[in-house]
Amino acid sequence: MNRRVVVTGIGVVAPNGIGAAAFESALREGRSGVRLVPALRELGFGCLVAGVPEGAERRAEAIFDADQLLAMNSNHRFACLAAVEAWEDAGLRRPANDEDAVDWAAGAVLGTGIGGMDTIGERVVPLTDAGKLRRLGSTAVEQVMASGISARVAGLLALGNQVTTNSSACSTGTEAIAEGLERIRSGRAERMLCGGSEGASPYTWAGFDAMRVMTRASNDAPERASRPMSASAAGFVPAAGAGVLLLESLGSALERGATIRAEVLGGAVNCGGHRGGGSMTAPNPDGVRRCIRAALGDARIEPRAVDAINGHLTATGADPREIGSWAAALERSPATFPPITSTKSLIGHALGAAGGIESVASVLMLQGGFVHPSINCEDVHADIAAFAASIPHELRVMPDMRVIIKAGFGFGDVNACVVLRKWER
Amino acid sequence: MSETDVMQKVVTILTPYAKNPEALAQVALSTHILEDLKVNSARLVDVVLAFEDEFGIEIADDDVDAVNTVGDAVRLISAKLS
Repeated sequence: MNRRVVVTGIGVVAPNGIGAAAFESALREGRSGVRLVPALRELGFGCLVAGVPEGAERRAEAIFDADQLLAMNSNHRFACLAAVEAWEDAGLRRPANDEDAVDWAAGAVLGTGIGGMDTIGERVVPLTDAGKLRRLGSTAVEQVMASGISARVAGLLALGNQVTTNSSACSTGTEAIAEGLERIRSGRAERMLCGGSEGASPYTWAGFDAMRVMTRASNDAPERASRPMSASAAGFVPAAGAGVLLLESLGSALERGATIRAEVLGGAVNCGGHRGGGSMTAPNPDGVRRCIRAALGDARIEPRAVDAINGHLTATGADPREIGSWAAALERSPATFPPITSTKSLIGHALGAAGGIESVASVLMLQGGFVHPSINCEDVHADIAAFAASIPHELRVMPDMRVIIKAGFGFGDVNACVVLRKWER
Repeated sequence: MSETDVMQKVVTILTPYAKNPEALAQVALSTHILEDLKVNSARLVDVVLAFEDEFGIEIADDDVDAVNTVGDAVRLISAKLS
């Protein structure tokens, strides 16, 4: 069985917009969601800026009941808001708590990179160390177990198919989409909520700051701090949020009369094996290229069919090598290289949520016929100067764009790539 | 503190956990916390912690096992307070 799979719903909690409409406006305007986080100064962080969704708590309080909110840390809130939005955007009804019907054909692959560190840091560790573990109550486990986010969503929406949480560092969200695609294609599910989520917590970011991979150069100018592809890129900006696609078999979507936002043509995941330049923290370029090529092969399209790239592009020294890998995998010269953008330039690096949020951005760009500005790289890095014309500093209108490719490359030398096409019958 | 006052506070604490609003609206001493109010049994430990905080008491695990109805909780708390 090799069925076509489409996107019928999207949901997003991003630092520059909660909800698809607000997020699309921010993308079109090139509006940054990176802000100063004063608490980071008190904690001695080098990087004092982050991309944190504003207003997610209020939104969650408005749509979830008291019992549901009792055990929701920020990762849960972001995942649940995005998943419920994607579900309802697809024209599906959110069931009441006392309805017994289960949707056995619908499931979720909702990943996270680090998980419920706020719960661990603020409650589990201090209370356990103080000999007060009884005070943890009943809600600690479900907030710190990695699968807590997908489990919570399953309960909100009565999902009865596979419900799991994947974790592959910064490729998590993209990997989730590739996994859901396979499950629907092969006939084992009709609808899968796929994407990623990451909570907002200094405990999540501390280790990255200690590694000096987060930027310390723009604390006085937060909106200019995330600088992918720039000569003055100085590390990534930590971020949080969630992005979820509702993937659906074409048959189910047509039968329901659903509005189709895009088609998922193909996907691939792999690992560079920590060889050939790859390591725990760096990608093996051969692995990256193979992953991109495998996704194109899975999508059954030629490299020349790619009209735009939403890169991984975090604003570290890896960006120029990533551009080189894209050029090699897509068999493009600088002259024929397609537009390439970095959603992280607007929101920072949302770790396990990055692939989910950036895939939502990719669907919006395909549907709207535009590539959003990749900001903060007026000073394009010298190693990729030849590709400068492919970087949109302003909104680029592309009504004829048909295929966009999205990839994520994570710690552990893991890669994920998906190919999305404008919906045409 | 009168039993009525204790009852009021117990109901306030139970409210966010109760999944049956009809039973909550007609709550009485005989109302069963799990079967009538449909409180998730795993959340009972959170309810007990809230009782301890609200009334400044300590409730042993054995005491918790004997609490089935709202009345059981009110009597247990009142006894601890007196």
